[in-house]
Formats: sequence, structure tokens, C-alpha cells
Amino acid sequence: MNNPHHLNPTSLKSRFTTRFLRALTKIRAQKPISSSSPTEIFRRYRRIKVAADKSMAYSVRSRRIWSRAMLWKLRSRSYRRQDPCSGRRSGKTNQAIMKKSSNENTTTRREDGVGFVEEADELRQLVPGGETMNLCNLLDETAHYIKCLTTQLFSPIGKG
Amino acid sequence: MSGRRSRSKQSSVSSITDNQITDLVSKLQHLILELRRRRFDKVSTSKVLQETCNYIRSLHREVEDLSDRLSQLLASTDGGSDQAAIIRSLLMQ
Repeated sequence: MNNPHHLNPTSLKSRFTTRFLRALTKIRAQKPISSSSPTEIFRRYRRIKVAADKSMAYSVRSRRIWSRAMLWKLRSRSYRRQDPCSGRRSGKTNQAIMKKSSNENTTTRREDGVGFVEEADELRQLVPGGETMNLCNLLDETAHYIKCLTTQLFSPIGKG
Repeated sequence: MSGRRSRSKQSSVSSITDNQITDLVSKLQHLILELRRRRFDKVSTSKVLQETCNYIRSLHREVEDLSDRLSQLLASTDGGSDQAAIIRSLLMQ
């Protein structure tokens, strides 16, 4: 399990590991002179965390509501850094994502009386794009999201 | 933020173990089995959702810890642990 050469090349784990490694190599190459100051370590931590999310989202692409939401978040963040006047474009992409996921948009709010609205909303905060999902989609997306998070942690990079 | 810094200075790397994952998964499974055995019970459902939220939060923390470790690893150039050696060899391919 620790040897990357035994990974099935089409598996999610392998796609994620390849991308994440590539990103880490790039980050490592950017080593500044004072590479162990707390600021640098924190900045590198942020970059690595974003790279992990990005690698997973790109490995899943647009097959899932949560990955689409995460990709949109990542892209709109990088657009905003380059060009502060890109609000219009981000808005359009967001509408596209909303449309894809809210075709039967009955939220648990309207079906109240079943007693787990709060917990469902809490879950919506944790799963990317959860705010747009009805309960059925939410549970489905949650299962896949958890599977991908554990893939990150059990990749050769995570467990070492 | 300062909490994270002091933690990474003191902590000796505790990554999530297989046992922890197994425990969490079997806890979730147990809750779901409860749901199936009796009639649909709204209390059990909210428990399952609550446990799921806690589980996702703990996974997020693990990913943050991993990023923490990696950022310190990328900064160091000395020997270090087994994990450091493996990652370095992966990066040098």
C-alpha cells in the first residue's frame, strides 16, 4: 500500500496522489531564503492545504455536486486574486452549479416535523455546496465526500 | 492561529490510525443498523447526522494536520522520519 508503483493508475487514489505530488514538488521548488520562519511555514501550510483540496476536486471533476462547488470556490478565489473585478463571471458559474443541483429543490425546511433539520443544516455547512442540496442529494454527496477525504488521508502521501 | 503554531512545535506527529478509522466507521454502522432494526425513528436519524458531522470535522482536522506536517517537512533538509524519506523519494521521481 505504501508503494505508489502498485497503484491502479485509474483509481481515485492514484489520480489524487499524482496531482498532489506534482503540486508539492512545485511548492517545494519555491523555497524562499528564510524557509523556516513561522510566516513562511504558515504560508506554505495554506498552499499545501489548498493543493490537497484542489488535487481531490480535480480528480473527481464535475461528477459530483460537492466537487463542482469546491472547484468553483477555488477558481473564484484565484480569479479574485488576479482581478478584483471578476464578480460577474463568478456569479455566472455559481448559477450553473446551482441549477445542476437544485432540480428537485425541496429542502428539509419545508418538510419540517421530521426532527433533524438542524443536524441536516449542520451537515450542509460541512459538505461543499451543501446549501443547495435537498436531503437526498446531501446524504449521497456526503458519502462520496467522506470517501474522498479518507482517500486523501490514506494515500501514500498521507500515511507515509 | 497561534494555537496551531504551538501545537506543531510540541506535537510528535499523531496521524489518524487504522484503529481510529475502524472505530468511527463501526460506530456509524451501529447507528445505521439501529435505524434499520426498528421503525424509522427521528431521534436515531439526528444521531446519525450528528455523528456524521463530527466525523467529517475530525477528517478535516486530520487533513489540516497532514498539511501542517508536510509544510514542515518541505522546509527541512535533514534526515527525518520514515515518512519524510518516503515523501522525499516520491518527490524526486
